[in-house]
Amino acid sequence: MSPSKHFNLPARLLHWLMSAMILTMLFVGVGMVASVTQRPWLVDLHRPVGIAILLLVIVRLINRLLSPPPPLPADLPTLQSIAAKLSHLLLYALMFAMPLVGWSMLSAGGYPIPMFGAVHLPAIVPHDPALYAVLRCAHTWLAFLLFATVLLHLAAALFHAWVRRDGVFQSMAGGD
Amino acid sequence: MPDPATPPEAGKPRRNPLPALAAIAAIIAAMALAFAWVGGWLTPSKLTPARFVDVIEKANGEVSAGYRRAHAKGVCIAGTFESNGAGAALSKARVFAAGKLPVLGRMSIGGGSPHAADSGGRVRSLSLQLIADDGQEWRTAMNSFPVFMVATAQGFYDLNVASTADPATGKPDPAKMAAFGKAHPEAAPFFEWAKTAPWSTSLASTTYNGVNAFRFVDAAGGSRYVRWSMRPQTPFEAMDAEQLKAADPNFLSADLATRLAAGPLRWDLVVTVAAASDPIADPTKAWPEDRQQIVVGTLIVDRTEPQINGACRDINFDPLVLPTGIEGSDDPILAARSAIYSVSFNRREHEIGTGKAPDATGQAGSSTGGKP
Repeated sequence: MSPSKHFNLPARLLHWLMSAMILTMLFVGVGMVASVTQRPWLVDLHRPVGIAILLLVIVRLINRLLSPPPPLPADLPTLQSIAAKLSHLLLYALMFAMPLVGWSMLSAGGYPIPMFGAVHLPAIVPHDPALYAVLRCAHTWLAFLLFATVLLHLAAALFHAWVRRDGVFQSMAGGD
Repeated sequence: MPDPATPPEAGKPRRNPLPALAAIAAIIAAMALAFAWVGGWLTPSKLTPARFVDVIEKANGEVSAGYRRAHAKGVCIAGTFESNGAGAALSKARVFAAGKLPVLGRMSIGGGSPHAADSGGRVRSLSLQLIADDGQEWRTAMNSFPVFMVATAQGFYDLNVASTADPATGKPDPAKMAAFGKAHPEAAPFFEWAKTAPWSTSLASTTYNGVNAFRFVDAAGGSRYVRWSMRPQTPFEAMDAEQLKAADPNFLSADLATRLAAGPLRWDLVVTVAAASDPIADPTKAWPEDRQQIVVGTLIVDRTEPQINGACRDINFDPLVLPTGIEGSDDPILAARSAIYSVSFNRREHEIGTGKAPDATGQAGSSTGGKP
């Protein structure tokens, strides 16, 4: 059996859903800390969507391990192939890290962590100013790194779609 | 970078890749610009929480590392909230179910210096953290003024700019303050209070007002707008200008310690329910005196701790940390306070966490840091 040229349906659904969520979170994140008027509702949105991303990336990783993605084109230069693999690794690492750092940061800052209604998450690290200081900075800088990686990923995807036309973009955009 | 000279696929004619590359570059640049715009980096004149706190620091004339940027001088308090159950009809928040729950808090005076004289603290404050039996938290930061100075974040910012001390005199420029008063007539009731209201001799006999409106939602889904106050059971005793002038710089904390040695201090939590015509989103406007007022419980403070190592130090008393049953209103000052407190908290926790705040953490030897 030859390997499929496409990601499986769960992988494609999760990819496009999470891409919308992650972009939303990045813009909501920088917007809410820069606004003296819109912060309350943006923060209330940011927390549960972040935790939803954490849950979805767990499902996504399991699906990826069970159903490996289609191979990259054989003629792809080695450097591009390595860049593709490393950037995907980084994206997965950040999809796990951002919500976990955010959750830990609120815990270390002594904040409650409401999700919706009366549903709250427990603290996962101790209330501690030194820890809070590190995690708060990490959340910002990892967000910038994630945004840069997302832009690189998008540029590469469009390069595959419009310049190389090698089926890589189609492997995520379309089905069998 | 990808090599544009790579053949797309063997046997197919080569296309000019430049239009596609230009389109890709344009898309990426547009997204990066949008991100920078939302983050406020392209608009240096936009009022952001960080720029707001910068102005507070400038108005203070100094940055007291590790301390709150506003109301820097204070003391941690602890005690109990005894709910009488009367609030349960107004809000489903578990804090209003009859019973007792532990309370942490902080009492402070306005201003950016942690070592200021208490006689200069026209504004006094009481912040509380109440955690109900369902784990939900209610944080509130109340002040001794009956109304807020301004009704918008921009007005709040303008006030900080106008009240920044003139380096020549060490005091705010009267002309700038006059110009502020003219541009912000809504601040008149606050200034009238500051000028005429009698000063009490004690933090214990001071009334603390929530000032901003909140929405209480009951178990049946009904809702009403409210404001709340902590009304002291300790009898009011005024001090005149001469007494203030002669008072010890730390007379408030000394008084608090003396009183607590004799027994706990009590305040009634009074909830005022708005009528349909009352201004909800404007904290500069008092509601009429005849509005329904309900005592929903009693705050009992039985001990203090210095803020340099007390439990209140690492708490941000963000007025929008609310349990279900209490919601913020459209009052823009609430959103502004939440945003500004967050930046102040981030800055001081960073200073404390990186060891740059020896005074604020009691690591500076003989310092008296943090006592009001």
